[in-house]
Amino acid sequence: MHPAPSVIFFTVFSGVGFGLLIFLGLGLPAVTGLNAFAFFVIAYLCAVGGLVSSTFHLGHPERALKAFKQWRSSWLSREGVCAVIALMVMALYGAGLVFFETRWVALGLIGALFSLLTVFTTSMIYAQLKTIPRWNSPLTPLMFLSFSLAGGALLAGQITTATVLVLLAAIVQVVLWMIGDGALANSGTNLATATGLGTNGNVRAFEPPHTGTNYLLKEFAFVVGRKHSMKLRLIAIALFAVIPLLLLLLAPFSHWLAVLALISHLGGAFASRWLFFAEAEHVVGLYYGKR
Amino acid sequence: MTTLPTSTTKKLGLVIDLDTCVGCHACVISCKGWNTENYGAPLADTDAYGSDPSGTFLNRVHSFEVQPEQGTAQLVHFPKSCLHCEDAPCVTVCPTGASYKRVEDGIVLVNESDCIGCGLCAWACPYGAREMDAVEKVMKKCTLCVDRIYNENLPEEDREPACVRTCPAGARHFGNFSDPESNVSKLTAERGGIDLMPEQGTKPVNKYLPPRPKDTLSEGAGDIDILAPYLEPVAQETKGFLGWLDKTLENL
Repeated sequence: MHPAPSVIFFTVFSGVGFGLLIFLGLGLPAVTGLNAFAFFVIAYLCAVGGLVSSTFHLGHPERALKAFKQWRSSWLSREGVCAVIALMVMALYGAGLVFFETRWVALGLIGALFSLLTVFTTSMIYAQLKTIPRWNSPLTPLMFLSFSLAGGALLAGQITTATVLVLLAAIVQVVLWMIGDGALANSGTNLATATGLGTNGNVRAFEPPHTGTNYLLKEFAFVVGRKHSMKLRLIAIALFAVIPLLLLLLAPFSHWLAVLALISHLGGAFASRWLFFAEAEHVVGLYYGKR
Repeated sequence: MTTLPTSTTKKLGLVIDLDTCVGCHACVISCKGWNTENYGAPLADTDAYGSDPSGTFLNRVHSFEVQPEQGTAQLVHFPKSCLHCEDAPCVTVCPTGASYKRVEDGIVLVNESDCIGCGLCAWACPYGAREMDAVEKVMKKCTLCVDRIYNENLPEEDREPACVRTCPAGARHFGNFSDPESNVSKLTAERGGIDLMPEQGTKPVNKYLPPRPKDTLSEGAGDIDILAPYLEPVAQETKGFLGWLDKTLENL
């Protein structure tokens, strides 16, 4: 799949933003007044910034409001609905903390729940696609949720929780990579089933339908070399898990090292998300002999 | 609503005969022509005369080589367009309801004024039947020429999809699959029509007729074709002046 920067930026940043909102909704840290204001500004910048960047890849962003209509069937629509509810509830909850120094517990819990649902619905947009066997797995939502919560915990300064969650994200990520590598082969979809010509012999793509490129090739036939992908995987896991874990374990109470851990984690999350898209094999590539 | 109808009154679709298709791409061109000049946003070409030409097409013809364990390889031309699936994954993922499947005839369409161009339907389609138009920024797909098949301004013989109407080899057939007596249902039954990627669970309406085994020319080399007598030379011996000239020149 073509790794579109707007979508990578969106999934990483809104994931972390909603992750922080989950922790704030739970009262972790239990901040009020100006402190709470700072936390909420960071959370909203990430979450809303991510959502806004996601509209950049739309052909007609001016019609984006129509996307709230089909929540009964579409995960993309559900994501939009959940995000709006989460942001509105958390805004009220945040106002309570900042201006009235009161924590409306129920409101915080509802906001945290919808923030969690937003991340889950985002992940289901990808996990639902049978056409991309690497994504079509319960591990995809687990990966999105663990990254969102780990980033949120780091931002919320929940050191112990963050350590556990970063470790969890790393385990989920490694398993997703391992299972993902065999996902297309195990899906049962290949050039023989794609053309129905398998019973006659061994099928090979002989000539594509056109000499130039097209939308399908640009969008779905992106290929990363195995060597590069291995290197990138190591870089990603070092940045998002190993370095932050070392920093947190070595000096759990240093603010500067925590910031460094967060920056490293975000860098690794970007590399991981880039790979998530770039390594995903869409079955339409079979017709072009690209798999 | 982008939920799928539980059943459709008719199931309109195509039968594509891989045995007959000669790979001339006439269906590609007639499709592009009709769908650029008629209903909906035109199918754009970008950099058409430059170094990196690209364009939107609703129908494309691939070519595949099939190598059996023994014998010669076979070249199969493979036209591919929207299969108007009964369980169309492209419809249910649409967040706006722009993608829908019609209850009356099962055609899968895009309401272009509701399409936000997110591209998710193209991601959900295993066949590559949807393409985002680079100029109009909306999703384009085969409409089964919905503006031809019911168009009473056209002569009756033209009320079928442009690709079917134009195919010089008769490799494309249009009809109603919910009627077991229709041309397409009979063809599918007789020739063992198949689904593409059945494991994806899309239940495509369009069917593909597999190519028949290749002729074994070498085996019949000793036989004389039944048409051979008609191909024998008619003139046995030359007569008259030319005959005399021929003989004289031969004897020189």
